[in-house]
Amino acid sequence: MSSTDLFELSVLDAVRAIDAGSLSARELFEAYRTRAERDRGAGEDGLNCFTWVAGETPKDGAPGPLGGVPLAVKDLFCTEGVPSQSGSRILEGYLPPYTATVVERLSAAGTALMAKTNQDEFAMGSSNENSAFGPVRNPWDRGRVPGGSSGGSAAAVAAGLAPWALGTDTGGSIRQPAALCGIVGLKPTYGAVSRYGMIAFASSLDQAGPLTRDVSDAALMFSHMVGRDVSDATSVEFPEEVRRPSAERLDGVRLGVPGELTGEGIEAGVLACFRESLERAEELGASIEVVELPHAPHALSAYYVLAPAEASSNLARFDGVRYGARAAGATDLLEMYTRTRHDGFGAEVKRRIMLGTYALSSGYYDAYYGRAQRVRTKIAEDFRAAFEQVDLILTPTAPGVAFKLGEKTGDPLAMYLNDYCTVPMSLAGIPAISIPCGLSGGLPVGLQLAGPAFSENRLLDAAFALERAIAFDGSSARV
Amino acid sequence: MARLARLALSEDEVELMAAELSAVLGHVARIAELDLEDVPPTSHVVEVSGGLRPDEPRPCLSREVALAQAPAVSGDGFLVPSPQA
Repeated sequence: MSSTDLFELSVLDAVRAIDAGSLSARELFEAYRTRAERDRGAGEDGLNCFTWVAGETPKDGAPGPLGGVPLAVKDLFCTEGVPSQSGSRILEGYLPPYTATVVERLSAAGTALMAKTNQDEFAMGSSNENSAFGPVRNPWDRGRVPGGSSGGSAAAVAAGLAPWALGTDTGGSIRQPAALCGIVGLKPTYGAVSRYGMIAFASSLDQAGPLTRDVSDAALMFSHMVGRDVSDATSVEFPEEVRRPSAERLDGVRLGVPGELTGEGIEAGVLACFRESLERAEELGASIEVVELPHAPHALSAYYVLAPAEASSNLARFDGVRYGARAAGATDLLEMYTRTRHDGFGAEVKRRIMLGTYALSSGYYDAYYGRAQRVRTKIAEDFRAAFEQVDLILTPTAPGVAFKLGEKTGDPLAMYLNDYCTVPMSLAGIPAISIPCGLSGGLPVGLQLAGPAFSENRLLDAAFALERAIAFDGSSARV
Repeated sequence: MARLARLALSEDEVELMAAELSAVLGHVARIAELDLEDVPPTSHVVEVSGGLRPDEPRPCLSREVALAQAPAVSGDGFLVPSPQA
């Protein structure tokens, strides 16, 4: 097989070729590894997708159905003996003594760890500009951001530097970068995938999921991720087998479009692509209905209380005692804590720790955290009511296309508004997928499909049918 | 607040952060307008039953491995500056 053809293969096709004996896993891994290494060494000329790249290609013969295909993994997953810093200076030098359950499951299924990917520090960000490793560049336009926080994973897959990648989504961190880079990203139902070994951001929201070139690959990776894990008490057994999507039509499928997430604040070019996707869906036989999510406009406010509150608590563990960096020269314990955290955390992480500490502080708890948890209940109720009327809900994934590097770094609120369409699903714990649905000004636009809890099979099937009808061409982003 | 969060912040950092956080809190304050009188707060988003597992001992990290990543160790433990230097 020529090396150009090899990079054109989806993972599903690569696995089939390995099975058929027309492709060796070693050849595939080495081809991608070489590309990843080149990007890592390219500095300003590269995309800066990776924080670590495997030094060598494993010997042939990886057991498991995936036959040894290479896997890129977001930095925040603990990988035994392999640097895992969650994009932060405070974990400089940390080599975890164990591996995250989801990474273990994927390697048991036959993937081989090829690289760790760049991300916003502790997954806090929507542009991948908050990383100790520097920003990732968008392969569609290197002057623009790839989205975040799984920006390295998204850019690597879009550019063809990795066949697929693992990311995490707390308020949109898989879906938004997938949208901005023109690839597929799935945020599973909360609890479908174990969080054990993920360096935590906001534990009631964090979920791992695939970033892939197409919907079939997303289903393939997801099928090897799910399941209860005794090490994560919030994980559950997935209620059915994860199927390979195959729908060609959407006859009888009722799709809901919420006015609250498809109007004000969404760029015109994004809305144009979104409306075209609705037309494709109708041509496939789906019916489109307006649904109401009256509390969705308040989701962002609730999220920016709840996520920082959980983060301020989770990040208390980074104190310079057990792992990572410690500020030198402190004379007493308190000074060691405060200086280690000052030097180790970046500006956005400090901002969210402060916000969360404030929201949880005595006297403000009810007004902020307590209220936000009630808003969360209302948002989940809105979705439940909507899903009595329709099967799936469609929105744009992000309000705009990829923005310029540095454009929003001075205005945290403008940056947070990127999560406007993705945060409601996170708060409700329901699954959502982003697929590319067109270009606006030469930059990719994402279409988000959301369904009830554990409806991933239905979601993937609808996304598969729409993907074929939309026929998005992502080839111009490849290196 | 920085003291509660165990963060050393310079005067400049405090000033900048106060301005930024005020803008965010202004946006967040919109939830104060909602009527949430009888709404229960969310405790968990997905129905989970039988979260308990048998209490069976499992191997854990050895002391040596647990200490290996620490910035400073002394004998069998983590070494930190004195609380009252």
